[in-house]
Amino acid sequence: MIPALATILAFQLAGEAAARAFDLPLPGPVLGMVALVAAFLASPRLAAAIRPTAQGLLAHLSLLFVPAGVGVVAHMGVLRDEGLGIFVALVVSTILAIAVGALTFAAVARITGDRGDV
Amino acid sequence: MSDAALIWSYLAREPLLWLTLTLIAYAIGDAASRASGRKPLVNPVLIAVILLAVVLFATGTDYRTYFEGAQFVHFMLGPATVALAAPLYANLAHVRRAVLPMTAGLLAGSLTAVLSALAVAKAFGVDGAVLASLAAKSTTAPVAIGISEKLGGAPTLTAVLVLLTGIIGAVVATPLLNALRLTDWRARGFAVGVAAHGIGTARAFQVHETAGAFAGIGMGLNAVLTALIAPVVLRFFL
Repeated sequence: MIPALATILAFQLAGEAAARAFDLPLPGPVLGMVALVAAFLASPRLAAAIRPTAQGLLAHLSLLFVPAGVGVVAHMGVLRDEGLGIFVALVVSTILAIAVGALTFAAVARITGDRGDV
Repeated sequence: MSDAALIWSYLAREPLLWLTLTLIAYAIGDAASRASGRKPLVNPVLIAVILLAVVLFATGTDYRTYFEGAQFVHFMLGPATVALAAPLYANLAHVRRAVLPMTAGLLAGSLTAVLSALAVAKAFGVDGAVLASLAAKSTTAPVAIGISEKLGGAPTLTAVLVLLTGIIGAVVATPLLNALRLTDWRARGFAVGVAAHGIGTARAFQVHETAGAFAGIGMGLNAVLTALIAPVVLRFFL
């Protein structure tokens, strides 16, 4: 578990360093994730070694959002003044994004004759 | 000052109290969610956030003091983002078999999410840092928070918007996709993962195994794509 955790942290560290060094638009942890997928492709043994620890981290993923979420107390003024606009934007864009994404996926699958395995 | 007041004033300044309360609040939220049969509206994070906000308000504690303790939980967001590589890698076979539909669905869904959110909010007069906080709201929270920081938004506001987006997505997905008469579980799951990240993905897994797997892929790919397109799209609205 410790080597797996050290590997994950090392990829995050490398991602953070690369994001700053090259002034990239991607956050460091995202770069770390992309690099780790590449490393898994190069070495399936690494993927098997990391998987249990990764699953452990992800099993309680929603807990990790709580501290940032509580930050809402610092934004009560914003939510009072602009809450309606923000809420309408969230509802409209979520409905549109699901509909457009799913319809596009299904249409392209039909055009390319790809029915998948389901 | 009484003993109890002395003890409180000591504990309230220590990280341990707020770290403990964060875990307890989440445990309560999770128990409530389980008791409801995992209804999307009974979201454990939302419940925990409300409970903690009430406690902070009632005790007159500011967010910075709270975060001294909660930062230990918050820190784990970075490693958790890197760990998303594991499910993404496990589902790569699905990705290879549906590269074209997936690429098209990802681009369409991701652009629609960012563009329509910014356009609607702007029409309501939302601007500046609040608009920047909104750009990445369809992405999984750790990534959205990172993007928001880079764009000059308020990461804590983004966290709340991400949470609300996930709940909205989980609530509307099934009735919406049924109304559109879509029967391809891959398309249904993928679009929900792109638009409503982890909360949408959890919902997709409840509905159908294949939908859940594709939702996970959609969430992972959109984390990367939004980091690339959000700064570009936001520039047109500021």
